[in-house]
Amino acid sequence: MKFYSIGIDSGSTTTKGILYNGDIVKKLIRKTSVKPRESILNIYEELSEGLKEKPYMVVTGYGRELADFADKKVTEITCHGKGAKYLNSNVKTVIDIGGQDSKVIKLDRDGNIVDFLMNDKCAAGTGRFLEVIVNILDTDVKSIDTMIKGIEPYSISSMCTVFAESEVISLIAEEVPREEILSGILSSIAKRTANFVSKIDVESTVFFTGGLSGSQELKIRLEKFLGVRIETSSLSQYAGAIGAAVIGYNKFKKCK
Amino acid sequence: MNIKKDLPEIYESFSEARKNGFITAKNLKDKGIALIGTFCTYMPQEIAMASGAVVVSLCSTSDETIGDAEKDLPRNLCPLIKSSYGFGKTDKCPYFYFSDLIVGETTCDGKKKMYEYLGEFKSVHVMQLPNSQSGDKSFGLWKSEIVKLKETIEEKFGIKVSEERIKEAIKIKNKERQALKRFYSLGKLEPPALTGHDIFKVINGSGFKFNKENSIKELSELTETVRRGYEEGKRLESKPRILITGCPIGGAAEKVIKAIEDNGAYVVAFENCNVSKANELLVDEDKNVFDALAEKYLAIGCSCMSPNPNRLDLLGKMIEEYKVDGVVDVVLQACHTYAVETLSVKKFTSSKFDIPYMALEIDYSKSDIGQLNTRMAAFIEML
Repeated sequence: MKFYSIGIDSGSTTTKGILYNGDIVKKLIRKTSVKPRESILNIYEELSEGLKEKPYMVVTGYGRELADFADKKVTEITCHGKGAKYLNSNVKTVIDIGGQDSKVIKLDRDGNIVDFLMNDKCAAGTGRFLEVIVNILDTDVKSIDTMIKGIEPYSISSMCTVFAESEVISLIAEEVPREEILSGILSSIAKRTANFVSKIDVESTVFFTGGLSGSQELKIRLEKFLGVRIETSSLSQYAGAIGAAVIGYNKFKKCK
Repeated sequence: MNIKKDLPEIYESFSEARKNGFITAKNLKDKGIALIGTFCTYMPQEIAMASGAVVVSLCSTSDETIGDAEKDLPRNLCPLIKSSYGFGKTDKCPYFYFSDLIVGETTCDGKKKMYEYLGEFKSVHVMQLPNSQSGDKSFGLWKSEIVKLKETIEEKFGIKVSEERIKEAIKIKNKERQALKRFYSLGKLEPPALTGHDIFKVINGSGFKFNKENSIKELSELTETVRRGYEEGKRLESKPRILITGCPIGGAAEKVIKAIEDNGAYVVAFENCNVSKANELLVDEDKNVFDALAEKYLAIGCSCMSPNPNRLDLLGKMIEEYKVDGVVDVVLQACHTYAVETLSVKKFTSSKFDIPYMALEIDYSKSDIGQLNTRMAAFIEML
């Protein structure tokens, strides 16, 4: 019979889950509720539905400490590293932009983490930052790429979320087209991320994960500022959950 | 010391020494004994001891007084400087209150400017440190500053400090350093005999035991007890072994030790002012006292020195002797010299020892404890 593991990444904005048995069997993503513990449990229930044996559960992400029912808790750094390695076996550098922090992780040839940096003191350049801005511009994160494709970025000078918010409001008042503002905001996120990522010795292959990795436009801008090609995958947002599931699967297999 | 007490209780008694010391300090004052307050490892305590005064570390490690300090000082300043000044200003630190003289050193720009303000309401003497450890000029400056400290104390308290008394003080301080070193060297044991937090509590607390002879005896007995217990099998489980380097980490900054030890590793060694920087080197007992003191104190591997080879020398020695698996470099917010040195320390640990390194920038607040835990857990998962 097959072993199953479930990896859950309890992020600040969304909770991601992966059912795994050597391959990805099922994936789920839900908005993290005000009770992250319940979000984790719901995803676990849904993923394990119909399975005879209880899958081995690994929880990662911001809410992992709440998951006292998990078989194992692993930090999002390790899980993102493992998940990126699963999605792209050549990966050496992982850039992750999540809801409330961003990180860069360096892997060795075997996928072990050798170094990492986290930017967790400030919301600037994170998913939350983008959310705040798209709200003012009366659009949503999903529409950004189509809105700003080929649009010259308007220069945004504020890096801080709060100041950028007021800057955007004043740009709206000056009737700057919102596509240009958004394009500028994405460039500002990319620039900020590139500055931060450059503190670590960036080695190819560079792989982009996290909630913002779905944006092709952000990827292009990051490539420009970093001067390297960046890979991503349609499953990039699940990297943390995939890593957790892989760790669980390997551990479970070892115990058997 | 009652050896029937459990070890954790004894460790605790050391960390309580600071609190109990308040009363001792008052009693000393009542007896007419002078109290000299210090902040920094550069202060040549032997001079103060030789004058008959008692030396005490002043409060500088809590965020309690930072708000008050920020009324006068910029917010974007090292928390240790703000905390020190805040305690002085608010008189919330009994040691501050009882100190007849405070001795500071020009270890950084923030501190030396802060002392100017502190001097407005406290008796402060500032020692001028050279920027470099090499050359006769640097040595000469520091030696003359030590002589000046002696003269300041003589004048302030109307006494004479003889070289003979300084020599005696040097001997006692050396004995204390050796006793402290024997204790924190217990961290070399693998598997460990005690946690890094316990090592830290004892070393930090011993600074608040004013009777040096007793304190040396207690430390030696404690080291013996731990060793004996270890031989009888009282050992902790084997876990990754971390060395902490960088800025001083007493009080609020002990959150780093906690984050490491709560997340699956032990701190086995401290390359910082609280522990090894102050105690590894002894003062030469055969030389002229001022030469010997200048030599020892100037050799401290502080990031305020340029270049600062002694830090890396000690760090390398400790990584080997303590069989260290990873290095955590603690930088207090806005401590530029330690922050700049993170690059050279990282290069050193990766090229010479091939072990992981992580720098942490912290302040005294509790707001970053969640992030600290994640970082330390991920760092330890890496080992």
